[in-house]
Amino acid sequence: MNAFTPADTDPWLFLQAHTPARIARGRTGHSLPTRALLEFELDHARARDAVYSQLETDALVTQLEGIRPGLIRLHSRASDRRQYLLRPDWGRKLNETSREELRNRTAGQAGFDLGIVIADGLSATAINRHAPAVVARLAEEAVRLGWSLAPLCLVEQGRVAVGDEIGHALKAEKLVVLIGERPGLSSPDSMGAYLTYRPEPGLTDEARNCVSNIRPEGLPYEAAVQKLVYLLSEMKARRLSGVQLKDEFDERAGWISSGGSAA
Amino acid sequence: MPFHHRVRNFTYRFDDLRTLLAKATPLRSGDELAGLSAQTAEERVAARMALADLPLKTFLNEAVVPYESDEVTRLILDTHDPEAFAPVAHLTVGDLRNYLLSDLADAETLKSLRMGLTPEMVSAVTKLMRHQDLITVAARCEVVTRFRNTIGLKGRLSTRLQPNHPTDDPQGVAAGIVDGLFYGSGDAVIGINPATDHVRTVIRLVEMIDQIRRRFDIPTQSCVLSHITTTLQAIELGAPVDLVFQSIGGTEAVNASFGVNLALLQEGWEAGRSLNRGTVGSNVMYFETGQGSALSANAHHGVDQQTCEVRAYAVARAFDPLLVNSVVGFIGPEYLYDGKQIIRAGLEDHCCGKLLGLPMGVDICYTNHAEADQDDMDTLLSVLGLAGVTFIMGIPGADDVMLHYQSTSFHDALYLRNQCNLRPAPEFESWLRQMDLMTPEGRLLPVRNHHRLLQAAGL
Repeated sequence: MNAFTPADTDPWLFLQAHTPARIARGRTGHSLPTRALLEFELDHARARDAVYSQLETDALVTQLEGIRPGLIRLHSRASDRRQYLLRPDWGRKLNETSREELRNRTAGQAGFDLGIVIADGLSATAINRHAPAVVARLAEEAVRLGWSLAPLCLVEQGRVAVGDEIGHALKAEKLVVLIGERPGLSSPDSMGAYLTYRPEPGLTDEARNCVSNIRPEGLPYEAAVQKLVYLLSEMKARRLSGVQLKDEFDERAGWISSGGSAA
Repeated sequence: MPFHHRVRNFTYRFDDLRTLLAKATPLRSGDELAGLSAQTAEERVAARMALADLPLKTFLNEAVVPYESDEVTRLILDTHDPEAFAPVAHLTVGDLRNYLLSDLADAETLKSLRMGLTPEMVSAVTKLMRHQDLITVAARCEVVTRFRNTIGLKGRLSTRLQPNHPTDDPQGVAAGIVDGLFYGSGDAVIGINPATDHVRTVIRLVEMIDQIRRRFDIPTQSCVLSHITTTLQAIELGAPVDLVFQSIGGTEAVNASFGVNLALLQEGWEAGRSLNRGTVGSNVMYFETGQGSALSANAHHGVDQQTCEVRAYAVARAFDPLLVNSVVGFIGPEYLYDGKQIIRAGLEDHCCGKLLGLPMGVDICYTNHAEADQDDMDTLLSVLGLAGVTFIMGIPGADDVMLHYQSTSFHDALYLRNQCNLRPAPEFESWLRQMDLMTPEGRLLPVRNHHRLLQAAGL
């Protein structure tokens, strides 16, 4: 039998220094070599697991209660992941029990400067890993800036717009929704933050600003929180959020984005 | 006008044409989300039976979206060619299926029929087709377009080289381009989705690709897939723009949600042509579409997502595009839930586009929240090869690291070329041979360590 060594890489492998893309993977015939095939499958498996991952509620409740006592736990109208995927509109609304709970918990309360909603979105893994650290830093910043912080809300099977209803009930001037983004092959645990000034039901994506790819390998916690606080301060000063805010700052700073892949 | 069909002792009623079309559509999540689907499997077939009996002339008398309020409907009906329609004017939708599959329907016949068919007729007839019918009919159509090379000839398969980078880093993009060229990819277009839609970014990327193209004399075209208004700005600023790109949909309202209308597309078309950059032809437009965009923009008017999609092809064909691409699995599982639905939709889109005369490619793809994987993509890729797809995407390792979805890789294109005995566009094939990248038999050659393409863009 002849010795056979398929080309696991290509002579231009050094170009990988310039891009995270899967270049120079080699080939056997016209096909992908075994190693590259299995690496891809592993990444896809991780992304799939992230989509079907669940919030580690016990651990999250403990950590979030430690940051701001009085956590409110909520659930969208989508009862499970299949419904969540098929009915985006249900992921944007609270179920009846949660609506009732929110009404009871916010009755007679005055408003708050800042509300934070934490929702699983398309990757509960992202929330499990990154939400407590980011919420803790945001809460510290709120204290520093003298902003009152509303009770934290943890939503299962939630999409971004579920925050509108919650933020409105909390009477939050500014709302941050932390949510698991649609997993990419190389980023199964990417968290997004969507910001809204004076949230209310019926808003569309144009009314939000987005900070994407929050995770240590993407936008690290400290930098993410700095960016969030900057945007929140601008929202407060200019009394608006969304496309209008983005357009004005794109020209100058070029790093504020709106849109995203978790809506 | 209501339509009826009796199955055994139950009569199904369909209130109007759009309802009939929606109920006849193979099951997909987007139509269910819109509340338009048949309630039962039997109702679905009853709708198909009623649709099969429907005279084609009905489509000229009943618009699924009102003529008065929708410029796409006006475009469709105003450009309908009665002469081209005459040979099939007496047929029902069911007869049309029989006709398209008969030995009478060859490339020439189908070509002369194009402007006689409306998108709704084409959508309707494909609802009566199985996969093999969609493959058979599409494979008979021949649509050839030209800019710096010739795309769509029989026995050819082209690829869009898609070297996206998360931050539009020029060296990162160039690395992706070189990888693709070494794998024989890029004859349809070297096309980048920019991470940011700034005119400065667009110009920088357009200039960078153009530099590589000229340096190595590559017979292909480039495109940065920004909004058409950004491309127009880039053209005004003197950027070397080959193709003018835009995402489009099948109703005036969905196009409005994309920030375009027919007049703006016309402006883009004229600006692109005015540059006279094509060497063997002047098809300058590149359009992308996808089932579900109308529902997603709340702009579907109660019309099923396939029919909305085919109406977008009427928009595309008004501007003689070089390439049209259905990004079939990108939109997500609420529109096409799983591999089965994505595969069906991909075959439909390709067949409908070809029947209407479009150079139809398919972005064979899925997102990680869809119930699909590489096996499903291999299946769709293979059947589209049988169907004679004009072009597919070529992405390093099938993984788009900017848009976060999976499409087809350079390897996938090689597989399809080898299995189906297909070659790249002729001009590009000659170039690959000159560059010692391909044998005269069409086999890809191993790349030498110091191949001169590695000097591309100073890498």
